[in-house]
Amino acid sequence: MSIKTKNLTFKYSEGTQFETKALDNINIEIKKGEFVGIIGHTGSGKSTLIQHFNGLMKPDEGDVIIEGKSLKDKKTKLKLIRQTVGLVFQYPEYQLFEETVYADVAYGPKNLELDENEINDRVKYALDLVGFNYEEIKDRSPFDLSGGQKRRVAIAGVLAMKPKYLVLDEPTAGLDPSGRNEILSQIERLHEKSKITVILVSHSMEDIARLVNYIYVLNKGKLHMEGTPKEVYSNSEELKRIGLGVPQIVDIMKELKYKGLMVDTNIFNIQDAKNEILRVIRGNSNV
Amino acid sequence: MFKNITIGQHYPIESYIHNLDPRVKIIITFIFIISLFIVNNFAAYLFVVLFLSVIIVLSKVPVLMVIKGLKPILIIIIITFLINVFMTSGEIIYTLGPLDITKEGLTQAGFMALRLILLIMGTSMLTLTTSPILLTDGIESLLNPYKKIGLPAHELAMMMTIALRFIPTLMEETEKIMKAQKARGADFESGNIFKRAKSLVPLLVPLFVSAFRRADDLAMAMEARCYRGGENRTRMRQLGITKKDIYAGVFTVVYLGIIIYSRIYW
Repeated sequence: MSIKTKNLTFKYSEGTQFETKALDNINIEIKKGEFVGIIGHTGSGKSTLIQHFNGLMKPDEGDVIIEGKSLKDKKTKLKLIRQTVGLVFQYPEYQLFEETVYADVAYGPKNLELDENEINDRVKYALDLVGFNYEEIKDRSPFDLSGGQKRRVAIAGVLAMKPKYLVLDEPTAGLDPSGRNEILSQIERLHEKSKITVILVSHSMEDIARLVNYIYVLNKGKLHMEGTPKEVYSNSEELKRIGLGVPQIVDIMKELKYKGLMVDTNIFNIQDAKNEILRVIRGNSNV
Repeated sequence: MFKNITIGQHYPIESYIHNLDPRVKIIITFIFIISLFIVNNFAAYLFVVLFLSVIIVLSKVPVLMVIKGLKPILIIIIITFLINVFMTSGEIIYTLGPLDITKEGLTQAGFMALRLILLIMGTSMLTLTTSPILLTDGIESLLNPYKKIGLPAHELAMMMTIALRFIPTLMEETEKIMKAQKARGADFESGNIFKRAKSLVPLLVPLFVSAFRRADDLAMAMEARCYRGGENRTRMRQLGITKKDIYAGVFTVVYLGIIIYSRIYW
């Protein structure tokens, strides 16, 4: 079971002089249980790509196959696809509209025409997953909450559909560091606890390095690179060339090595970096 | 879904008509509308069509573009036509079930339809040849004399400018929210009219919330740059009457004279 794209191509303003290829021959396969990251410069086609994952956009050429169902197939029920793949847009708090948090989270399940008990269970489940106390929050107005809380309610609104895949577009954009940490650790927990496949789109190399186990790099609508974080970040010059960066810690390790400290530069999170530096320093003083 | 609206669109090129002072164009448009209601026979319509053709040719706007502007009101024109055909009493020339078609009805219907078509084409020439900014500048300047009786001319014009400026932004926003709700299983396309109207709530509430937020932000940003209404405010582009405007004015007055003459003596 997977989300698979086959030679996926998508053009904007087809047939006019403004025609641009937003996606150009993309072939990827995201298997169940993975935690993948999609990175790319603004306008690289990330958002267009993820909107193909749940059928909001249809491919011009090629195909997208979600759990064996092709988007090209007219018999494929889009509602089912959208239930299978939950998509959380950038700034999802702007989609909140109901009077209470409960009603807003229940909107998705209601659209699935589930019975009252099931809806109730799902709202509880979803609010719990994003770290809210159900009793405390359910009757409050979503518009009275703080930015980070609103965003978590909006994410709960998607989780209440019980998707097998969760796609998040820049989930931490515009949040303060504590809100950012909260969201990220909840996403991490979600992946571990409920075994949801998570697809994270982000500008932040730190976030990506911390969470994902496979990275796709998009550039100008093309798949530029892919691999484990180690593989991708070891190629830091190439990433910088296409307007992306590497986690700061990678730069620090490289600089240390340049200054003469013989550390391993294939490190992209702070914990590993600390251990490596300590290892090298202790190794030196022992000599 | 909103990309096909042509009414109120601007066609940015250089031409005699484009370069006229917006105030002159607004007044000419008004005179044109009034003249349409003075006309009472088909022969005089010939002059109206001639006048409009001169404007269209001078403006260098493709005729097709002007005609395309009629699309959104096509249904209104057809309904007006049919009502006039069937509801006017007089000499019956054909009977269609319970409905009678009369000679007078047919004439009246043709008259009304022509009037509507010319009305839309004439007014769309104003928006096609005048950028929204110039148009609001013109309106503000024309309303200025009424300031003495307490009409907030500058504020009205500013409101119009802002409204026009935010149309594309709000459309983009609508599309975004629509997608987000679709991702949660929303269905905007099927069901009867009540169900569809209800399905718009999840779209409209966030849209209004964001519109108010934007309005707040904009007000704040304007105040931060010391905006305080029209008092002592100068413009980057001053409006001014040139020879071209005078010719256009004379041309229009002659036209109006002919129309009034036709009404009285024909």
